[in-house]
Amino acid sequence: MIESFTLTTGFGAWNALFWVIAFVIAFIIGWLIWLRGEKVYDTSKGSTAPFLSGIAEPDKKEVHIRAGNLYWGYNDALSGYYKFVKPFHTGNLSDYFLAYLLVTAIVLIVVVVLK
Amino acid sequence: MDIILDNLPGLLIAIPLLGAFLTPVLSRAGDNVRNVWVMVITTLSSLCGLLVASRVLEAGTIVYAFGVDTISNVIPLDSGGIPIRIIFTIDPINAFMLIIAAVVGFCITLYSISSMEKLSGKDGFFTLLFLLVASVYGMIATGDLFNFFVFLEISSLAGAALVAYRIDKGVATEAGFKYAALSTLGGMLFLVGVGLLYAQYNSLNMAVIADRMQLTGLDIMAFVLFFTALAMKCGAVPMHFWTPDSYTMAPSSVTAFLVVSSQASLYALFRVCFTLYGGQINPLTVGWVIIILGVLSMFIGVTMAIPQKDVKRLMAYHAVSQTGYMLLGVGVGLAALSSTCFSQGVGMMALKGGLFHIMNHALYKGLLFLTAGVIMYRCGTRNLNQLGGLGHNMKWTMIFFMIGALAIAGIPPFNGFASKLLIYESTFLFNPLIAVIAMVVSILTLASFVKVFHSMFMGPKLPEYQDVEEAPKPMLIAMGILAVLVILFGIFPQQVVDTLVTPAAFALVDYHGYISAVLGGA
Repeated sequence: MIESFTLTTGFGAWNALFWVIAFVIAFIIGWLIWLRGEKVYDTSKGSTAPFLSGIAEPDKKEVHIRAGNLYWGYNDALSGYYKFVKPFHTGNLSDYFLAYLLVTAIVLIVVVVLK
Repeated sequence: MDIILDNLPGLLIAIPLLGAFLTPVLSRAGDNVRNVWVMVITTLSSLCGLLVASRVLEAGTIVYAFGVDTISNVIPLDSGGIPIRIIFTIDPINAFMLIIAAVVGFCITLYSISSMEKLSGKDGFFTLLFLLVASVYGMIATGDLFNFFVFLEISSLAGAALVAYRIDKGVATEAGFKYAALSTLGGMLFLVGVGLLYAQYNSLNMAVIADRMQLTGLDIMAFVLFFTALAMKCGAVPMHFWTPDSYTMAPSSVTAFLVVSSQASLYALFRVCFTLYGGQINPLTVGWVIIILGVLSMFIGVTMAIPQKDVKRLMAYHAVSQTGYMLLGVGVGLAALSSTCFSQGVGMMALKGGLFHIMNHALYKGLLFLTAGVIMYRCGTRNLNQLGGLGHNMKWTMIFFMIGALAIAGIPPFNGFASKLLIYESTFLFNPLIAVIAMVVSILTLASFVKVFHSMFMGPKLPEYQDVEEAPKPMLIAMGILAVLVILFGIFPQQVVDTLVTPAAFALVDYHGYISAVLGGA
């Protein structure tokens, strides 16, 4: 039974069954915690609203963190790399042709030299 | 019944072509008639692909010649030992690719029925879609180089027309034009390569040319023309520039099948390296060229994906990155198998990993593009900065997206992990640095999809999407099929490897077997 879940790589093995069991256990724990929660509360009196020290809750649009605000640190750290890579993506068809022909030439040289 | 079973390889092409040409006619009878017709054709076409694949996996390579009634007439007595007809040669690697095309083809057609519902021009859309399906089956099944070129061109033209199908203020038209122009250049150079081989060997049949290959200067030139044309078509860096443009602007169901179309080119690339030039071209050199393209594709693909704001453009760059894994696996396989420094086990494991990743990628990337299509369908935008909180109303779409995202990031127990594990382990033994790069790319992939998941599904319900609805049922069923396969292939990877991947890997390596299947040991 367990063997049918085991992927042998030739140098090791990996068994999905244990991960599935872990998922199931995590799900059951989560479900049990959820069961212990308050079952009846009145949402109309602000019990689900965020508490911001008396300040009015901002508009939903302002609360949501947009994609453009994520990973600014990563983008900043790699700005030098992106300054190098992005200019190649010009969107110009002539550049696409050029890259294709350039690779053709390089592969030809490599294959002929290392024949 | 026997006559149908005997002619299944021919029906692979005939059914979608029939579907393509009759769709505009039947569309005159109304939307319902057309939808039923489209579903009948796609079901028959996919069944045909699966049946051919199962017969190959059970009984071995199928050689099917058009225009002869018995297999003994494949090579006419007066032809000098050359098969002069168009021949389909379907061995386990072709069967492997047919299964991918059949499953994804069925799902995207089912999805398109709903996703195209509100739009006009559906008769032309399904005609082009069936042409694309037929061309992919043709590219996979054919054993003839010129025939391959014809299917490659049909694939390029149908694909470009579908990319440009929704004009979208001219942006889609531009993307379609770029795809068409670049594909035409690649196709023409491929044709020059075919001409160079035909001039020397008097044949267009791959098995005959592989059998007679002398590796002259012209052969090397033809090899490079084939190699770069097919590498460009599969979106390898630095020839990937068309991929984000086209994948972004095409309707999402089409994008999911363009991925399969690119993988058909990838298959052809491997066929050229392993079979057509098997035992002739220096495998270590070619293997390393493939590895370098793979590493560049993996890294540049994923790093270009992370800053994207358009969800489909982001996924398109990830498609480039995942193609890098496939190139890496097969490149390491080719190089390691030819080297005395490594055991055959390392090469075969890398090869299996690369091939397994092709199948896994078609499933989870297809699923991800379909979820992006649902977002576009319901919210009318692909811009991640304008989306948010959709998880409240689109729970199934969110779950399907999560499954696809975890699979592409190589998180166990989904299918992407299984194939990446094979690639990591074998690549680590071949060159640890490359394995580390592959793992870093997986981490960046996860980071990128965490961003997409948060941007689209998390956060409070935004006012503009307060009443957004879940996807229609056909779209959910199509995504559901792919999601179930992603999970099953992750939980039972060994069964998939034993049944589909290992026979495909051995078939790819055994070029003598391919030649003798066609020429009968001649």
